[in-house]
Amino acid sequence: MARVIAGRAIVSGAAEGDALVSGEPLSFWGGFDFQTGTIIDRHHPLVGVRASGLVLAVPFSKGSSTTTAVLLEAVRAGTAPAAIVTTGPDSFFALASIVAETMYGRSFPVVALDATDFASLRTGDRLRIERDGTIYSSGEEHPG
Amino acid sequence: MQLSERDERMLAGDHGPAAKLAMSILVRMADVYGADSLMDVSQAHIDSTIYLGDATLEFAERLASLGARVVVPTSLNVSGVDECGWTKWAVPADWAAKAARQMLAYEKMGAVPTWTCAPYQTAMRPSFGQQIAWGESNAIAFANSVIGARTERYPDLLDICCAITGRVPAIGLHLTENRAGEYLIRLSGVSDALQRDDQFFAVLGHLVGKLAEDRIPVVEGVTARPHEDHLKAFAAAAASSGRVALFHIVGITPEAPTRDAAFQSRAPVRVVDVTTEDLRAARAELTTAEGRDLDMVILGSPHFSLEEFRRLAPLVEGRRAHRRVRFLVTSSRFMKEQADAAGALGPVLAFGADVTLDTCILASPMLPPDIRTLMTNSAKYAYYAPSLLNTRVTFGSLADCVASAVEGRVVRDEASEALWRE
Repeated sequence: MARVIAGRAIVSGAAEGDALVSGEPLSFWGGFDFQTGTIIDRHHPLVGVRASGLVLAVPFSKGSSTTTAVLLEAVRAGTAPAAIVTTGPDSFFALASIVAETMYGRSFPVVALDATDFASLRTGDRLRIERDGTIYSSGEEHPG
Repeated sequence: MQLSERDERMLAGDHGPAAKLAMSILVRMADVYGADSLMDVSQAHIDSTIYLGDATLEFAERLASLGARVVVPTSLNVSGVDECGWTKWAVPADWAAKAARQMLAYEKMGAVPTWTCAPYQTAMRPSFGQQIAWGESNAIAFANSVIGARTERYPDLLDICCAITGRVPAIGLHLTENRAGEYLIRLSGVSDALQRDDQFFAVLGHLVGKLAEDRIPVVEGVTARPHEDHLKAFAAAAASSGRVALFHIVGITPEAPTRDAAFQSRAPVRVVDVTTEDLRAARAELTTAEGRDLDMVILGSPHFSLEEFRRLAPLVEGRRAHRRVRFLVTSSRFMKEQADAAGALGPVLAFGADVTLDTCILASPMLPPDIRTLMTNSAKYAYYAPSLLNTRVTFGSLADCVASAVEGRVVRDEASEALWRE
């Protein structure tokens, strides 16, 4: 774990997983199949990729209000990402984690990064997220 | 964060366990939003009604079993099933039963069973400046932008917490200073004739949704006078391709009498010029079907309005949909009654159309698998159907949808096509 990235914990939690990164925002409703954990939005570069157990990095949620409910279903079904990293506090992702904790005693960390740090993430980097939002990355320093 | 005495009592459980649960979620979210305090709303619209699976049902039934009651007038979005018409379609009985249980849970909380994604076209339409807590992306964008009511972009599961407590975080689009435009999107050389084409505002919305990123767009250069359903199509498109919760159109929407007013006298963060070429490309993205095959015409996302029924009726009058093509309109019980009373429903049914209520093809697993190719005038249907339903879609005008249904294959009006080519 070579690199330390200072993130802001929007929903605190510890998680570790490989990064799955896109600069394109994502709607989970119409964009994520909670039964398989796969991204299904045909307009999105990550279409066809399974996000379960990975640290999903997208700048923000777009589209449907039902994104939160799809993520809640994913937590219940065990197909949710291990954590979600964004460029700003995203209320849709945060709420899913908060309600999942209330309903099922399971949550996932949601961490906001500044734009430069976000742009330095690469798919496949091994990320370890600490409760305070600090991210330890195996990835090299990439120019943002 | 500063909570009122009433907020504190709710959080302590003095208003019952449901209010306590709702307030505890709301307070945690207020922290996420960075709010210093909560504020009152006088209306709510609940998108959490959409049944997806066990989690959405368990959440609704948990609240209902704790005795949850909404404390402000509350409308309900689409559900997962057409309660009275689902047996005509491919909806599994188990799905229908669970979706109906979820409907019942929200009705028990005292919400009005509107079952529509276009609550702004019911008697519960909010007014300019009214503070509301709305879910449903298209409805949020419409309420903020076209009416000038004030709601943050609320997600499912939080909308009902706001309705149970009557409170929202005092942040975001509830506050005047956060409603200023940020990106200026200028129509450049886009002819008035093209702007008056029936497809124009849906296509423009699709494009603006992508250009706006996470900012508030201001569109300048609109010379056409869109009717309300065109603005509804714009809002739904922009809230599908992007995260638009508020837009301004200079000279059209209520907070944008001038460009300066739309930006609250601030300078745009970014200026983007949109050409006819950009619009042509955006329109092409909405068509994912190749060739002219057609299994179904689908209208009504957001739910078809009385005025849309009135525009459809003369187009189908005296005609008949091709026997191989299904023609479906998705709408609400209220709107269907209105259309019937206005004499606009009869010709649509005589044409061979079905009308599905309470839900839509995206929210209910109703389409049989042999329906592979759709045609629609809705950018929202065109955006989501390929991913959610594994269908291919042709996007076109209302008139082209009717003509294609009659013909049994996709046809397009040549005069309209020429406008998009220029």
